[in-house]
Amino acid sequence: MDFPSHLKYTKDHEWIRIEGEFGWVGITDYAQGELGDVVFVELPAVGTTVEQGKAFGTIEAVKAVSDLYAPVSGEVVELNKAVQESPELVNKEPYGGGWMIKMKLSNAQELDELLDAEAYKKLIAK
Amino acid sequence: MKRTPFYEIHASLGAKLVEFAGFEMPVQYSGIIDEHLAVRSSVGVFDVSHMGEFEVRGANALAFLQHVTINDVARISEGAAQYSAMCYEDGGIVDDLLVYHCGDHYMLVVNAANRTKDLEWLKSHLIDGVELIDRSDTTALLAVQGPKSLPTLQTLTSADLSTISSYHFTRGTLAGVPMLISRTGYTGELGFELYFDADVATCTRAWEEIFRAGKEFGIKPIGLGARDTLRLEMGFCLYGNDIDRTTHPLEAGLGWITKLEKGDFIGRSALVKAKEEGIKRRLVGFELAEKAVARHGYDLALNGSVIGTVTSGTFSPSLGKAIGMGYVRSDLAQPGNLVNVLIRGKAVPATIVKTPFL
Repeated sequence: MDFPSHLKYTKDHEWIRIEGEFGWVGITDYAQGELGDVVFVELPAVGTTVEQGKAFGTIEAVKAVSDLYAPVSGEVVELNKAVQESPELVNKEPYGGGWMIKMKLSNAQELDELLDAEAYKKLIAK
Repeated sequence: MKRTPFYEIHASLGAKLVEFAGFEMPVQYSGIIDEHLAVRSSVGVFDVSHMGEFEVRGANALAFLQHVTINDVARISEGAAQYSAMCYEDGGIVDDLLVYHCGDHYMLVVNAANRTKDLEWLKSHLIDGVELIDRSDTTALLAVQGPKSLPTLQTLTSADLSTISSYHFTRGTLAGVPMLISRTGYTGELGFELYFDADVATCTRAWEEIFRAGKEFGIKPIGLGARDTLRLEMGFCLYGNDIDRTTHPLEAGLGWITKLEKGDFIGRSALVKAKEEGIKRRLVGFELAEKAVARHGYDLALNGSVIGTVTSGTFSPSLGKAIGMGYVRSDLAQPGNLVNVLIRGKAVPATIVKTPFL
């Protein structure tokens, strides 16, 4: 399993990639493996305000359903239409084509509460 | 936790293992959708050695089975199998099962989760002249299912598998292993279920030979995840989901195995009464139009009131949409009717459809 070092991670198995005041959010390689084949991804509308740690969407796999939690607070500015059309991208490219939302951060200090790749690896090794 | 004789093979293949009915079982190998489609298009192998096998023998074996099961055991002759169920006095279902007529005895194949309960139930109704033996721990069971199951297995045995009709079996040697070769399964595809000695070396040999023979067809190991999606596409009931002690066979669509005219059996009077009073609810299949999946336990609703419960639900890999089964009031059970599934507080429209879904 792969956990790129340029991403930040949540205890709920999301990742976020930061570029300036924006962040791209998806779920980790570990999370997609645990969920199995993803069949639907339900995302909020563009313009929705999300709050750190709160559910912003759901992900349906064949066997189970799981909530998606916002790594940080902010506004949803773009949805990944490709992942809604082809949810298997979450399994195939969890850090690439499988991203879900792009958000504008409202409080960059919240990033300090997230895990780096090493800390996340330790979390899932437990 | 218990393990089947194929456990080391599952582990070496990197299967995701879960607890099921007290066994450490493979839920998936390459992925549920990939495995599901392999069975529909070619061939797959399921280790279902966790299931229970009971031998029933003795002069009164037939009379005993007629009393404890709802189908008419007298209708099958040696070499045939029958889908049946056992009921409580109130018509609720103890378990669904297969009854094999093996000549001088019968073999019952029951759900793994119900093995202990079933054995106790059968023992409590045992009559003179009947011997009941639990063979579960010494019996291995592989289900080889899919359109290429026949050419895969045929190369491994001198028995002519093409002449075994549905719900019939033969005894033979396959891959050098003596076994009961049954044309049955839980997928709706052409397929065989192989019963043989649960010795690890024997099991390893059988598994390896079957995979060697099926290599040209892209044979794959299949986990419990795809077993569930495959059976649900066919509308087959799963005990603990769609049927249990609170449901009776007539409302579950199992009237075709309920032989009320065969003579008395446990549960018969309750089922006769239920039939006379009219079946109040029915197990139906439904499809969702939206991108959502109904799951076991979700409510079914109409005009804001709950009218039933989802008993099974999944994403159908063959159809590319969500399907499910559940009980609804009989007057709402016609195919084409619209109901709602309550999914995380949202009413998602579901159309009632005939099963099988495919």
